[in-house]
Amino acid sequence: MRKKNQSSFSSKYWLLILSVVCIVLMGLSLVTDKVNGPLRAVANYTIVPMQKGINTVGVWMSDLTKNLDTLKELQAENDALKSEINDLSMKINLLQLDKEELTRLRELYQLDEYYSDYEMIGARVTSNDSGNWFRSFVIDKGKNDGIKVDMNVLAQGGLVGIVTEVGPNWARVRSIIDDASNVSALVLATSDTCIVNGDLTLMQDGKIRFEQLPNNNTEIKSGEPIVTSHISNKYVQGILIGYINEIHVDANNLTRSGYIIPAVDFQHLQEVLIITSTKADLLEE
Amino acid sequence: MILKRKIVTFAIILVCFLFECTVFQGLALGGVTPNLLIVVTSSFGFMRGKKEGMLVGFVSGLLVDIMFSDLIGFYTLIYMVLGYVNGFFRKIFYDDDIKLPLILIAASDFIYGNIVCVFMFIMRSKFHYFYYLKSVIIPELIYTILVTIILYQTILLINKKLEAEEKRSASKFV
Repeated sequence: MRKKNQSSFSSKYWLLILSVVCIVLMGLSLVTDKVNGPLRAVANYTIVPMQKGINTVGVWMSDLTKNLDTLKELQAENDALKSEINDLSMKINLLQLDKEELTRLRELYQLDEYYSDYEMIGARVTSNDSGNWFRSFVIDKGKNDGIKVDMNVLAQGGLVGIVTEVGPNWARVRSIIDDASNVSALVLATSDTCIVNGDLTLMQDGKIRFEQLPNNNTEIKSGEPIVTSHISNKYVQGILIGYINEIHVDANNLTRSGYIIPAVDFQHLQEVLIITSTKADLLEE
Repeated sequence: MILKRKIVTFAIILVCFLFECTVFQGLALGGVTPNLLIVVTSSFGFMRGKKEGMLVGFVSGLLVDIMFSDLIGFYTLIYMVLGYVNGFFRKIFYDDDIKLPLILIAASDFIYGNIVCVFMFIMRSKFHYFYYLKSVIIPELIYTILVTIILYQTILLINKKLEAEEKRSASKFV
């Protein structure tokens, strides 16, 4: 009997100690970065390689199922793609002309071309957030590959998110559909700025929300592209976020808000591109 | 022998964590994945007692915190306390009864979901509690229970083998 009491006392004692440790860790990780560093380094040599391994198996399996797609589907897709190529090459020709005109005009105005060609490196998505509340993921490049916090991440020609934490050989990316994500954005057609928020309640519909678009007399229709704005201090300018799906005037009659369909398919994200200069770097230049 | 138990337990936690954030992301039903770590933490709680449940919860939570949380210690605390509380039910746990484990794991997952919802969403003034309940907490709970039926049996089997081995080696010394 005595022994039993003793063990229950010691487990209470342990609970108290470990709870205090947790609370102290929480406090410290709010203030400084020093706690996460060693833990991240440990994770780098234990968890991350295993994640990579399992993920390779997963990718192999999904490739296998893809191979089983019927020939008919592939042929239909092939035809569709061919006609798309024709369309696109037409568009490219037109754009080429526009571009020449643009460079001419830029020279005239002596504008910097500092955001037209960002240097990028590719990375593979190795694992996703374990819970169902947030949408962040881990990539297989880290500090050793030159990744830094606040670097922008792209895929399929659109904005995916931003690097929030870096380990030696891995980095965590918070995607723009994550509930905690805020991006300063710009409606390309009218140059009105707005804020794009991720929202858990919209995630299943594949949409994100935009807010605080001024309700001036510019007409904005659904289908118009939204890009990252020039006033953001985290996101580099001019990256496509998505297309307006719905727009309505707010009750205060001063602002407009609505929904965006992101340009990126977040369900099947396997490879991403990381812009190797942060907005802060670009501003310093 | 104690070392062997430690290694096996850690391996179970690690495998579940890795599966949760890689393979199960591809097996998501309605955008929701099961919470394997709750199953592990809770099972060790009611199978092995408060202290072991607490330690298993601590390790599980720490893994989640290191990889996916900005606030190290938050998930650790939740998982640890859940493991500890599950330990109270060791007295009424019999390993041929599946009802109690299912109820305990479901309750743990429900409490976990609510804590995350309150601290990570309602505290940021996102008050769609019933939406979160309907589209995240309950689906996760159902999926977790489905996975539990297989995963719990596996953990139970491993635990039985370990206990049998420990008994044998203990009787050798006597």
